Amino acid sequence: MKPASTVCAVREELVQLIVNINLMIFDVFASNVLLPFLVLRRTQVEMLSGGDMLLRALQDEGVELIFGYPGGAALHIYDAIYRQDKVEHILVRHEQAATHAADGYARATGKVGTVLVTSGPGATNAITGIATAFMDSIPMVVISGQVPSDKIGQDAFQETDMIGVSRPIVKHSFQVRHASEIPDTVKKAYYIAGSGRPGPVVIDIPKDIVNPADTFEYSYPDTIKMRSYTPASRGHSGQIKKAVQMLLDAKRPVIYSGGGVIQGNSSELLVELTHKLNFPITSTLMGLGAYPASDKQFLGMLGMHGTFEANTAMHHSDVILAIGARFDDRVTNTIEKFCPTAKIIHIDIDPASISKTVTADVPIVGAVDLVLTEMLAVLKEANSSPDESAIGEWWQQIDEWRERHGIYTQSRYKTDGDKIMPQDVIKVLHEVTGGDAYVSSDVGQHQMFAAQYYGFDKPRRWINSGGLGTMGFGLPAAMGAQYADRDAVSVCVTGEGSIQMCIQELSTCLQYNLPIKIICLNNQALGMVRQWQTMFYEGRYASSLYEDSLPDFVKLAEAYGHVGIRVTKPEELKAKMEECFALKDRVVFMDVMVDQSEHVFPMHVAPNGSMRDMLLSKTERT
Amino acid sequence: MRRIISVLMENTPGALSRVVGLFSQRGYNIETLTVAPTEDESLSRLTVTTHGDDHVIEQITKNLNKLIDVVKLVDLTEGAHIERELMMIKVKATGAQRAEIKRCVDIFRGQIVDVSSTIYTIQLVGTSDKLDAFSQAVGDAAILEVVRSGVSGIARGEKVLSI
Ligand SMILES: Cc1ncc(C[n+]2csc(CCOP(=O)(O)OP(=O)(O)O)c2C)c(N)n1
Ligand SMILES: [Mg+2]
Repeated sequence: MKPASTVCAVREELVQLIVNINLMIFDVFASNVLLPFLVLRRTQVEMLSGGDMLLRALQDEGVELIFGYPGGAALHIYDAIYRQDKVEHILVRHEQAATHAADGYARATGKVGTVLVTSGPGATNAITGIATAFMDSIPMVVISGQVPSDKIGQDAFQETDMIGVSRPIVKHSFQVRHASEIPDTVKKAYYIAGSGRPGPVVIDIPKDIVNPADTFEYSYPDTIKMRSYTPASRGHSGQIKKAVQMLLDAKRPVIYSGGGVIQGNSSELLVELTHKLNFPITSTLMGLGAYPASDKQFLGMLGMHGTFEANTAMHHSDVILAIGARFDDRVTNTIEKFCPTAKIIHIDIDPASISKTVTADVPIVGAVDLVLTEMLAVLKEANSSPDESAIGEWWQQIDEWRERHGIYTQSRYKTDGDKIMPQDVIKVLHEVTGGDAYVSSDVGQHQMFAAQYYGFDKPRRWINSGGLGTMGFGLPAAMGAQYADRDAVSVCVTGEGSIQMCIQELSTCLQYNLPIKIICLNNQALGMVRQWQTMFYEGRYASSLYEDSLPDFVKLAEAYGHVGIRVTKPEELKAKMEECFALKDRVVFMDVMVDQSEHVFPMHVAPNGSMRDMLLSKTERT
Repeated sequence: MRRIISVLMENTPGALSRVVGLFSQRGYNIETLTVAPTEDESLSRLTVTTHGDDHVIEQITKNLNKLIDVVKLVDLTEGAHIERELMMIKVKATGAQRAEIKRCVDIFRGQIVDVSSTIYTIQLVGTSDKLDAFSQAVGDAAILEVVRSGVSGIARGEKVLSI
């Protein structure tokens, strides 16, 4: 009822406006000229169906791509997609893949990813991908079809309460109640998804709302203001000054950088600050690439599978500058034992991330780019620098740690056997791709090896499910990343376990010419599970082995219309890798048979270990 | 420590379930919860009482503030405030007990709002403690049914929670 009357009111206002203007002008001639113009403007108000409105709104929002899968409740929307040619729709083979692909696209570009699914099973299939995006704060809008409004609550065919099911894993959600709400809802959804701490937003649209027979006036808002949502921007100047002073006074500082630096497009500022201070820097799994791995101040990743030097430096530090990182349990190990001598400065856009697990001494809530810019300015103004000799001594200590147990100063795994070592596969991958590929990964040992050995020098190149740890993420995410740049090299590092969780997407790759290179570290086991069973369950390999049931991945790739390459010997690795990447326009599935018994090290000692307590190999520990 | 958090939120479908969901999702407890629209129809005011140390309460308020529907909130227990809860209670009232209960109601400044030959239905407004005390005074044996509204609260003095 309400929207219809609002439309009437707007019309009346317009007519009134025309009358007023005519009265004001008084000139018959002028009004004769003006009137048709005004009438013309009035008829320019477009009348669109809900479905067409949705597509127009997406266009006006600048959306280029939708990853989706059709079904009954979404068919009006699909028909609207058919009627236009500005927004491209990518038909995946499973809704989970649609969300991961949109996610990969978002991570690689920094734009908001868009997903379209039908109601019921389409919506529930999207849940894993929404949760994945939520845990890693990835901007995404998921549009789900819904049964018609009058059927909601009746257990109608393919009805699921999508708003309810997705509630704990979205930043926000909307159910559209009337077609006239569509433009504002779309504007709000993209604004919320992409601003502040980004995250997924669901728009649930009942089928009757997008009925092509009912048309309404369309206009897209330029901006949107929400009284209940104002993301943080500048940090508190007093806190920033305090932080800078603390950094200047530090004797054993570490910069601990996270995914927020990438989300906040602040890599350059991070590099500038780190260089200026000459501080050591480590990164979370999510933050890799924000600071170049090849730079000498970089200590490698920290945390459960972090480097000896990064974890040890953190433990002994006196000041930690945490930027866009959230003291995740995979980083801190036992909270009570976390970095006992450190004062903590914590920069984050989300106040709820600060002092959640580890209490910050100097909390700074703000957008990372603005805070770092201000820090640099304050630092310049202060016209002083950290105690050179203290920092020098600290570096000496760190270099000694690097030499002692670092994984980059020498090989910490056997290199003379007849089996291919998974670490070597990643090193060769880095070499052959020039370290410049988009590398997505699945979850398991291969993911950790990729994180440790690829050496990311640029942000947005490392695309992995850090927070949720979703097997099946890699291949669809690589498809999304490929859309960031159709000429770039997009690689998926995976395991024979994970790849089977979204392998159907090989078909999507063929349809849309996405020449993804799949590097499968085939250890014929759920390797990470097997590693834990070896270490903590006395080698009882409950359901982590497949008993010769694995498919022939080479033939499988061929069946999907792609190229398969199997590598079994260390000496052929390099040549086969080159062969793989020489096939520029093809999907290549490289099935690399690697040593099953290899474990990921270093590894935090748990439970009750601190940051510096690590297993360094099967026989050594700190 | 017991806290009373008062929340001003958009009066839209789903807003309440997001607030309630937050509490269960993050393992915070809800002792009482009341919600109703305000004089501005577009806003609802929700009052929740909960228990937790400073760290937990800080996380609760931060996470509530993060909800898109939440416009503003205040922890009333941080300052001087007034809290009230309404209780309706049905008690057995026969023989000598009738006069006894009536006296008790008067002492607590309650009202008997419905009467039958064997039953009084009593309405009582006050702090949660006062309602507890009344129930205790009447005694479990006499109580047939209790319904409590949950706590509503407002700050004392000049302070207002509005947009
Ligand atoms: C969807 C999902 N299910 C289960 C897990 C638990 N899990 C973590 S790693 C792993 C093994 C992965 O095996 P594979 O893909 O072969 O990788 P590998 O560890 O062998 O390199 C499993 C089962 C998970 N992360 N995601
Ligand atoms: Mg495996």
